[in-house]
Amino acid sequence: MSITLGTLDRRAAVKALLADRGDLLVISGLGSSSYDVFDAGEHAGNFYLWGAMGGAAMVGLGLALAQPKRPVLVVTGDGEQLMGIGSLLTTATKQPGNLSIAVLDNGHFGETGMQPSHSGLGARLEVIAAGAGIGNVSDIADMAGIERFRNSLRDLGGGPRLARIRIAAGEVERALPPRDGAYLKNRFRSHLGFKVS
Amino acid sequence: MDQIAVHQDSATGSDWPVAIYRTLKSFGVAQVSYVPDAGHSKLIKLSHADADIKTTVLTTEEEGVAMAAGAWLGGDRAVLLMQSSGVGNCVNMLSLMASCRFPLLTLVTMRGEWAEFNPWQIPMGRATPQAFEIMGTTVLRLENPDDAEEVISAAASLAYDGDQQVAVLISQRMIGRKKWTKETH
Repeated sequence: MSITLGTLDRRAAVKALLADRGDLLVISGLGSSSYDVFDAGEHAGNFYLWGAMGGAAMVGLGLALAQPKRPVLVVTGDGEQLMGIGSLLTTATKQPGNLSIAVLDNGHFGETGMQPSHSGLGARLEVIAAGAGIGNVSDIADMAGIERFRNSLRDLGGGPRLARIRIAAGEVERALPPRDGAYLKNRFRSHLGFKVS
Repeated sequence: MDQIAVHQDSATGSDWPVAIYRTLKSFGVAQVSYVPDAGHSKLIKLSHADADIKTTVLTTEEEGVAMAAGAWLGGDRAVLLMQSSGVGNCVNMLSLMASCRFPLLTLVTMRGEWAEFNPWQIPMGRATPQAFEIMGTTVLRLENPDDAEEVISAAASLAYDGDQQVAVLISQRMIGRKKWTKETH
């Protein structure tokens, strides 16, 4: 079964999203999203998930509440977000102005053999997010849309946001970030000025 | 008559939720997340009323595990409140905490172990300690209301200073028999 939701190149889209990132903090969902964020440029303010399927938005929420003066961006895939779909409702209850969620949506579970996802079968994540109470949602299909979304990220009063980003399905060469969780944690906290205990 | 009053009717005289709240405050806990639970209702109310604690209602327990990781990344100490029936939902997400050595402090009210009237609560209640232990989470027991401060304090030190995942199981005996109405026993 072949489903085409979009044409954006995922690596180019994420690279554009993270250009001139300033004080942006980034959480990436496991699988290709972590590879995309790593490929866009290694940064101590990146925390790559290599597991915790369905948890990326909640890691982002905990971080956003702890760091209300820093913009926080969760970059994840449709499959990862679908597994933690309730986290959109939980996020909406807190209305964190500094939190944005970018869902790279190719309508497939890319890591596991490209089975069609619920998104590919008709679910619309930006509509679900709006229904959950996330007021600022968008459906992005081109690089101009990516640019607009990027420019909005630093408005700490404009969130929570969710952008469904329509990317092309298809394999991309893997770019593997560090996998040592304690290292990633300590690096991230050091970036925010916390001492390693 | 709300749920809290119903439960206090049959619980011990000790105000252990207040003791837990004060202990969490002394450890600087800044985020509390919870799945609604009658046994935790007083602590949830205290947390919501505290402007210095960001209190979040979850749709499922594992959200709170991931949220505690994010809180720690940002410098906040978090606590997750749940009932034993939700512990199984957390199993895979606990691998995030173990892999990264994230602190986790979770306070779990027990069902299915003391004067339980609902057989559906018993399997997960019985499996609760093991469900944590298979993922490397340390399990402590709070059996006596007078021990609340000491046990929660020990658990918080182990979590926040020792970078461990710690669950405190709060005995169903402390919470009291669940009464559906004022009339039934």
